[in-house]
Amino acid sequence: MKRRMVSLLAMATMTATMFAGCGNSSDNSGSAEQAAPATAEEIDAEAAAVELPEDTGKVLNIHCWNDEFQTRLKDHYPGYEEVDATHGKIGDVEVVWTMTPSTDNAYQNNLDDALLKQADVSDDEKVDLFLVEADYALKYVDEDVTIPLSELGITSDQLADQYTYTQSIVTDSTGRLKGSSWQACSAGLIYNREAAKEVLGTDDPDEVQALVSDWDKYNETAQKIADAGYTMCSAMDTYRTYSNNVSGPWVQDGKLVIDPNIEKWIDDSKTLVDAKVEDTDDLWSDDWGKGKNPEGKVFCYFGPAWFFNFCLNADDSASIASKGGWGYCVGPQSYFWGGTWICAATGTDNANLVKDIILTMTTDQKVLKDIAMKDQDCVNSKTVLAELAGSEDGNIALLGGQNPYKQLAEGAEKIDLSNLSKYDQGCTEELEKAMKNYFLGNATKDEAIAAFKKAVSEKYPDISVD
Amino acid sequence: MNKKSKVVRYNKWGYIFLLPFIVIYLVFQMVPLVTTIYNSFFENYRSGLSQIGPNFIGLENYVTIFTNGDLPTYFSNTMIMWIMGFVPQIILSLLLGAWFTDPSLRLKCQGFFKTVIYLPNLIMASAFAMLFFTLFSDSGPINSMLMQIGVFSEAYKFMSNVWSVRSLVATMNCLMWFGNTTILLMAGMMGIDPSLFEAAQVDGATATQIFYKITLPLLKPILIYVMITSLIGGLQMFDVPQILTNGTGDPMRSSMTLIMYLNKHLFSKNFGMAGALSVYLFVITGILSLIVYKFTTKEDK
Repeated sequence: MKRRMVSLLAMATMTATMFAGCGNSSDNSGSAEQAAPATAEEIDAEAAAVELPEDTGKVLNIHCWNDEFQTRLKDHYPGYEEVDATHGKIGDVEVVWTMTPSTDNAYQNNLDDALLKQADVSDDEKVDLFLVEADYALKYVDEDVTIPLSELGITSDQLADQYTYTQSIVTDSTGRLKGSSWQACSAGLIYNREAAKEVLGTDDPDEVQALVSDWDKYNETAQKIADAGYTMCSAMDTYRTYSNNVSGPWVQDGKLVIDPNIEKWIDDSKTLVDAKVEDTDDLWSDDWGKGKNPEGKVFCYFGPAWFFNFCLNADDSASIASKGGWGYCVGPQSYFWGGTWICAATGTDNANLVKDIILTMTTDQKVLKDIAMKDQDCVNSKTVLAELAGSEDGNIALLGGQNPYKQLAEGAEKIDLSNLSKYDQGCTEELEKAMKNYFLGNATKDEAIAAFKKAVSEKYPDISVD
Repeated sequence: MNKKSKVVRYNKWGYIFLLPFIVIYLVFQMVPLVTTIYNSFFENYRSGLSQIGPNFIGLENYVTIFTNGDLPTYFSNTMIMWIMGFVPQIILSLLLGAWFTDPSLRLKCQGFFKTVIYLPNLIMASAFAMLFFTLFSDSGPINSMLMQIGVFSEAYKFMSNVWSVRSLVATMNCLMWFGNTTILLMAGMMGIDPSLFEAAQVDGATATQIFYKITLPLLKPILIYVMITSLIGGLQMFDVPQILTNGTGDPMRSSMTLIMYLNKHLFSKNFGMAGALSVYLFVITGILSLIVYKFTTKEDK
């Protein structure tokens, strides 16, 4: 009996200590408090109060997948000196570039390993800054591996000129902004002017826009184009236009959900492919790229501003682009494609420098205008785009001198990205692959959807697909 | 006494010379093998940046793979593509081997031809697959040629037809490996005592009879070796179909091999499932090799 009393007492003491433990942890954990949703004013107040510690790092490690950001930094960041292909210098800080191609997920695999090791490596080996793309941004933004911009002392006033959508992509579940981009990649329909004149009787962007302003009109026009012996585009081209305008994210409560607008893409595309209006070439494949030359007989591509320079082969004298033969209009629905966001990595010992790079490269209007003029990027600044839209500076030779900035700016305003999830990249890839089978008649729609679900569950074992 | 200690010392050197092999075998074969089996009993993957597991779940991974019905499909895909490539490969190799070793033919420039037939094996499989992918793409040279001579009126989609994709994979594997097999078989054929051939010729045997009655039976050990290595290589078929179909195994995964399926699990670093799949593969390979071995050595006893 006595023994039982003792053990009871012991249990009571243990329980009491346990509760005491809980009480303590909720009292003094600043980090737990930070995780709660906050209003914009609160975040700004935090940001204004931030005093960054002095930079101690001698090495700035930047992770990225190609040399785009390196070129931007070299051309536009004051004080950046190039040493060699993977090294640079800002003042007496050495900049080390780790470039891993995106192919086969290599970039993310490499970055994941680096970020997970962040706490264990020496200061000079820590990642200070890395770049992400929209399709998987949330994977990093929703974790502690990125520093909220407010903790770097960047206020929303400083970012006010950016487009909202570029911020919603990198806002975490508690409402904190964790990255910033110098690009606003609103995208539209880039059409072959020659073909438009021949089939539609006009190549004026506004008149072409009127003919493709919603999906019904688009399908009608596409049929006309096909009757004249052209291919409209690839079904894969239109995918993002649909997927950006969905009513919910891919994964809801751990379950895969196929949105009605995705279904619409599947059904519309099947009809168009069966009617030989669209083809099913994979993006970036040689077959897909054949339309860049007149013999390819492709009416249009779907793409943003970077598409002009990066994808249309303007240097090749046989291409349509070299003769200024493309036109740009918004197309059936506004959407965006691509873009690069800069994130500050938790654990950086160069916080001031990282902050300055983010501010200079993504908010300094002079720098942004330079980027737009030199590299024809559609920059993330309402003011600069408005300026470009109203001046000769915005005329682009490969678009036959058209100034697309008004349309690009309008498009960027309309993009709504509340339905992003961290699974977007895998779902997009697998859906396109699986549906190609359906479009080409190798599977029924149900079989193709089953194949898609299977592929998703292989990539993300934590999602339920039934 | 003195003599005996010398023997012991020699033995010691034997072990020392074996050491590099043993160490390398332990580090690069045995340890991975054991850890693979160990890993297969755990739920262990990464979702985004968060690590799930490792949690011990017993045989659940094995049950999942066994019940979702994928294993037989990908196994038969692999075997179909292997057989489609192996049969022409072994015929071609036997024929070439017999010609090269037949002294009565007196083939000229043997060295040159032996080098040429071995060359495809020197190209990286992925580069070779990339080449075929470009050749047979919808607007590629093969399609333009076929359209120009009027075989097809519009581009034939080689990559979206089950049998054309499988045939391409088989052709590539055959082209890549027939040179290697030829050289192995030639080595075997040259090891056969020439007096047997001479005796047969004196007895009036035809070339066909010599081939079937003398060359083939005496070549058996080499043939078994070629069969088993090729079978194991075939089961591990990965790079060619992976690159040719861009990792999809399309159309509808009809050209997806077992290792491509394994590779699918590595996107999420799903070591548990991948481990279980590897163990299945290990067992399948073992059983098939045993069957081939038993089947081809039975008559001797």
